[in-house]
Amino acid sequence: MIFAKAFIIGGLLCVVAQLLMDLTNYKVTPSHILVGFVTSGVILSAIGIYQPLVDFAGAGATVPLSGFGHLLAQGALDKVQTTGLLGAFSGGVASAAAGITAAIVFGYLVALAFRPKA
Amino acid sequence: MVGVKDSQPAEIQNRQYKLLVDRVKPRPTLARNVFWAFVVGGSICLVGQFISVFFSSLGLNLEETGAATASTLVFLAAVLTGLGYYDEITKLGGAGGIVPITGFANAMVSPAMEYKTEGLVMGVGAKLFTVAGPVLVYGIVAAWLVGLIYYLVL
Amino acid sequence: MTASKKIGQQTIAFSNPPVIVSTATVVGPEEGSGPLAAFFDKILDDDRYGEKTWEKSERRMLEDTMKMCLQKGGVQETDVDYMLAGDLLNQIVSANYTAKVLGIPFLGLYGACSTMYESMALGAMLIDGGFAEYVLVGTGSHYATAERQFRLPVEQGAQRTLTAQRTVTGTGAMLLASQGEGPRITHATVGKVIDLGQSDPMYMGAAMAPAAADTLTTHLKDIAGEPSAYDLIITGDLGVYGKKLTLELTKQKGMDIKDNYTDCGILIYSPDQDTHAGGSGCGCSAVVTCGQIFRQLQAGKLKRVLGIGTGALLSPLTTGQGESIPGIAHAVAMETA
Repeated sequence: MIFAKAFIIGGLLCVVAQLLMDLTNYKVTPSHILVGFVTSGVILSAIGIYQPLVDFAGAGATVPLSGFGHLLAQGALDKVQTTGLLGAFSGGVASAAAGITAAIVFGYLVALAFRPKA
Repeated sequence: MVGVKDSQPAEIQNRQYKLLVDRVKPRPTLARNVFWAFVVGGSICLVGQFISVFFSSLGLNLEETGAATASTLVFLAAVLTGLGYYDEITKLGGAGGIVPITGFANAMVSPAMEYKTEGLVMGVGAKLFTVAGPVLVYGIVAAWLVGLIYYLVL
Repeated sequence: MTASKKIGQQTIAFSNPPVIVSTATVVGPEEGSGPLAAFFDKILDDDRYGEKTWEKSERRMLEDTMKMCLQKGGVQETDVDYMLAGDLLNQIVSANYTAKVLGIPFLGLYGACSTMYESMALGAMLIDGGFAEYVLVGTGSHYATAERQFRLPVEQGAQRTLTAQRTVTGTGAMLLASQGEGPRITHATVGKVIDLGQSDPMYMGAAMAPAAADTLTTHLKDIAGEPSAYDLIITGDLGVYGKKLTLELTKQKGMDIKDNYTDCGILIYSPDQDTHAGGSGCGCSAVVTCGQIFRQLQAGKLKRVLGIGTGALLSPLTTGQGESIPGIAHAVAMETA
């Protein structure tokens, strides 16, 4: 059942991050976790481990930020196959364009519309 | 007992004091943190799965479904941040609120909103990328490298 | 010429102890729902205080506190010789802008969260030295301005560690005079900057405890007194774990203070307010000292109090570069006749 698998794999990926934060010192901040996950996603995707995880767990693997890294890596790899070296430059961001644009546009609009509360 | 004496050299004082500090420091409530990270993180992915099933039932292909799902989650997280609820989710869920793409959206909106008082360009415009900037830099550089290596060995 | 008012290593014994004529405090809603609510002059319903930016809110709180303090002391701005103030923000903007409005000759201070005690010690020196009749001192902090300068934007999700403290939204002011009715400042011990290599910005009690213990033991040595010479010894904002460390460090220096020692950061919130290790910030020791301590001295419930303002001298710049956090602590002894 894909829903249960999404819940469990997504939850487990977050547990890995929680352990990284709690068991290391204060220098590992949420920003480091996010950067670490996106980079790990790229690497795991490139060596062929991440796609099977996505096939297995759906959103459980695509929603965590490692899924964003997977998207970037697959985009670059696919484009290199069709257009050669230039694909390394254009493929990654192209495949993740919707997510990036959504984050910028919605982030911008919300920041304009709301004020922080202490 | 750990002793910190003024007569000791600074290095030894620092080391002795560190032992004392670590002894006094409370242990993080690891089991509880891990449990809530699992539940909160899992739940966000579950919501993502529901959204993705919904979009694919509309006839979107795999790629379109992924893009639509990510955009929807980002939208929801941005609005929850604006309303002041997302930080509560992360306070409970820890990494469960940080690692999903919703946490990425929160990390973009919150500084932009906070620094709006410094203007639309250097406030909102620049601060949107406080966390998103590093994530994009490392993600894009890594993906480019992967593409390059693939090209070279192809 | 010798320093005739100095005793021991670092302590000043005032020959005409300056009087604390009046104090004033303004706190935010969170502090106002804590256990010390009854001691504050004004509790805000909204910590924005009707202003557009958090920085303006903090500034207006400080301004109102200073004005209220003068009013309670029955003194005009023009009668005050100096104003000594500081805060946590870059270039101590809250203090600078407040001084602009009040028009009192101004000396800006930065002692991080020890600023209240730094200003009290200096104010008392100016008066006892014969340089001033009235000195207005004070400081404050705001949760939202401190969070965004030192940590994360308030809406950014993060799990705070158990050693983290909450910056107090609150401002305190004190009017010192060469004569009058009220508790007096008898001694001041100016602390040294002490750094035992701690660098966790979420565990500032650990960075400040060595300075607190050093100033405290130096003070007691200088006045040749026991901890029991005071009804109460109170540190600024060490929080739960910083207090434990201070107890341990003073014990190692051969002094047992556990019977009459507490910390402003522990008093200001109740444990169910979920602030983790307690309160911090310039406002923490300022509102507790100008609120609870002053009123209890005035009422005679406390006779002799040693307050020790503690400051963690970090900047986001140096912590970002991986440097350790130096601590400072200044002690001021207050006594009521």
